[in-house]
Amino acid sequence: MIAEAGHYALVLALGLALIQSTVPLLGARWGDHALMNVARSTALAQLLFVAASFTALTMLHVVSDFSVANVFENSHSMKPLLYKITGVWGNHEGSMLLWVLILALFGGLVAAFGNNLPLSLRAHVLAVQGWVAAAFYLFILVTSNPFLRIASPPIEGRDLNPVLQDIGLAVHPPMLYLGYVGFSISFSFAVAALIEGRIDAAWARWVRPWTLVAWIFLTLGIAMGSYWAYYELGWGGWWFWDPVENASLMPWLAGTALLHSAVVMEKRNALKVWTILLSILTFSLSLLGTFLVRSGVLTSVHAFATDPARGVFILLILCLFIGGSLSLFAWRASSLKQGGLFAPISREGALVLNNLLITVACWTVLLGTLYPMVHEVLTGNKVSVGAPYFNLTFGPLCLGLMLAVPFGPLLAWKRGDLLGAAQRLTAAGIAALIAIAVLWAWTWGGATFAPLVIGLAVFVVAGAMTDLAERMALFRVPLGVAMARARGLPRSTWGSAFAHAGVGIALIGIVCETTWNSEYIGSMKPNDVAKVAGYQLKLDGVTQRQGPNFREMIAQFAVTLDGDELRVMTPSKRNFTTRNSSTTEAALLTRGASQLYISLGDTNADGAIAVRIYHKPLVLLIWWGPVLMAFGGLLSLSDRRLRVGAPKPAKAARALQPAE
Amino acid sequence: MTRKQRRLTMIGGSLTVLAIAAALVLNAMRDSIVFFSTPTMAAEKQIPPGQRFRLGGLVQPGSLVRGDNLAVNFSVADGSATVPVAYKGILPDLFREGQGVVTEGALDASGVFRADTVLAKHDETYMPKDVADALKKQGHWKDDYGAKPGAAAAAAPVQGASK
Repeated sequence: MIAEAGHYALVLALGLALIQSTVPLLGARWGDHALMNVARSTALAQLLFVAASFTALTMLHVVSDFSVANVFENSHSMKPLLYKITGVWGNHEGSMLLWVLILALFGGLVAAFGNNLPLSLRAHVLAVQGWVAAAFYLFILVTSNPFLRIASPPIEGRDLNPVLQDIGLAVHPPMLYLGYVGFSISFSFAVAALIEGRIDAAWARWVRPWTLVAWIFLTLGIAMGSYWAYYELGWGGWWFWDPVENASLMPWLAGTALLHSAVVMEKRNALKVWTILLSILTFSLSLLGTFLVRSGVLTSVHAFATDPARGVFILLILCLFIGGSLSLFAWRASSLKQGGLFAPISREGALVLNNLLITVACWTVLLGTLYPMVHEVLTGNKVSVGAPYFNLTFGPLCLGLMLAVPFGPLLAWKRGDLLGAAQRLTAAGIAALIAIAVLWAWTWGGATFAPLVIGLAVFVVAGAMTDLAERMALFRVPLGVAMARARGLPRSTWGSAFAHAGVGIALIGIVCETTWNSEYIGSMKPNDVAKVAGYQLKLDGVTQRQGPNFREMIAQFAVTLDGDELRVMTPSKRNFTTRNSSTTEAALLTRGASQLYISLGDTNADGAIAVRIYHKPLVLLIWWGPVLMAFGGLLSLSDRRLRVGAPKPAKAARALQPAE
Repeated sequence: MTRKQRRLTMIGGSLTVLAIAAALVLNAMRDSIVFFSTPTMAAEKQIPPGQRFRLGGLVQPGSLVRGDNLAVNFSVADGSATVPVAYKGILPDLFREGQGVVTEGALDASGVFRADTVLAKHDETYMPKDVADALKKQGHWKDDYGAKPGAAAAAAPVQGASK
């Protein structure tokens, strides 16, 4: 009964989406307020029905109704409640349902809080949301219905893939989807602007908070996924340049570029056409990501779904939306008026450089991701493009960008003074040089390149602080005045400083982890001692334990550093009987930002266990960086300009609307 | 500066960045593309020792020998040819004899494939796509390798001792 209700709610949501995608457009064409307002109610009703459908699926998973194919294939009655719930999106059908739920959520948010938007703009935006939603509802209902019943219900389910039974995976997909799908809003705004043929600084001011929200979630989602891979997959890697990871990185890069170009558009009314194009590209890359992940088209370590019918359907959606929006762009972009002028050396110029480098870096990632597919189609040979390619292309471009980051905020709008900016960055430059010198002295004869990159990262962090110090005139005015000025600074200034510093901090973590990571791999018997990076790890013993739906072998390691007993680490290996598969649960010991990492391998006939121990210096900075970036984004989001600056709520705005 | 000059500066700057990026891509593509081969293809192409490639096939039943200090030897077969593989490190959780496997490394002078990476999928029914396709092409495909549609599979590349 619940399954049928859920299915029915989804069909109703499709119907509402179809109404939402047509009626408001007619209303906008005829200038009919009532018809335009249909968008608002359908968007809210749609959210209600998708939420009902999603709740239905969640309930089916919670009560373990194995007469539903989706529950049977991905659940088990002994599975802990938390994983019964998160298992809803741990499979293809459920994750697509989560995708449309989030799409409807964003549509509903625009409907509920978009009162200050001009009526016709809101109608257009929601109509475009309706198109996207309708396409994906059809996709779910036609190719991946999560509510299908099995004629003769089995007694027990097949259980969720054990690697996915983890709290990291509980949080990662919703976060990632909030980011991915959140970019649909800027896409809808861009398409609406193209349809209306009108775009101005206010448009950018409306779009920016939505883009920022999506970007914050995507940043956290990617960081979360990377940390999950790090501790769950058991060999301590945190980024594989896997197509599925690239699929989330590309919208992030495009979204980052979009955030920056939207600033130019909002402040200076320039780069309009480019901003529109970026909005379209960002969501197109999100759709491409969905396609890559959901169609299983690429040989990928994340190959979660392999069904050609689905691939073809998503490919159609992809072509329709990307092709359609780009054609619309080609047709209408010329109608958008040119904006303000600026010299190449200026804040705008710096943001253009940022956009240039980020989009080009994004293209190199796209090329590397799609190359194997294209190569196979053309030649029939299978190739793989691995980490070396990305390190050699994405790496240098990013380093170039890093060098420019501290200069950007110090340049004035319209016409900047590069020399002046350089002078103000002297302190940051000196800090970087000191860092390089100290590291070289400390690791004499070791890596030569790593200290340089760390110096660059220090430059970025110090540069972000310089920007703040300059703005509050620190050391030039009395401390009290500087503090008062600090409080008076716009939140977005603080936000960008934190976000830029976050980039530098993540870079320090990445370089330290990859350069000075030390490891021990060997087989150990009880009372054996392994030495890694000054730590001594003694294997005390091995015990067995029965979990809810698995058996677990736990090894105890006593960790000592210079004779001091630190802690006992307990890595384990879990055996899931239903799927006859096992997972490795790594044990982590955090010391500052560094971590000791132990994971277990096979047990030999003589009782020795294969053990992998890593010491990863400053590895946590890799994830603290993105958290700092997201925090910066949050600060920027709370800037009063984004709340107050946009035109006043609906009634006043409606009164001022010219009759079209 | 006039509008035209500004625009030219912009376009010039963009082209410079694009040219640098193109150079980087071409350079990287030359060195870091890794081909996939089955044992038969490897024999036909006579891949020289030292050239990196991915070797995929089935782990020959009965060929797995564990040596000292995590050294592992096994053979990868595709029905008509066999390549001995040497690997040092921890094998992935679902590495089994008779199952599909993809390894990355290079042949040494004596014809042994020195693998530094073993890719494996965390699902007992899973057959790596490359391997399945190659086996199908060569007519060695049996349905009981059972790539069940929609079977969820996640996997991790497993790094060997060498970094």
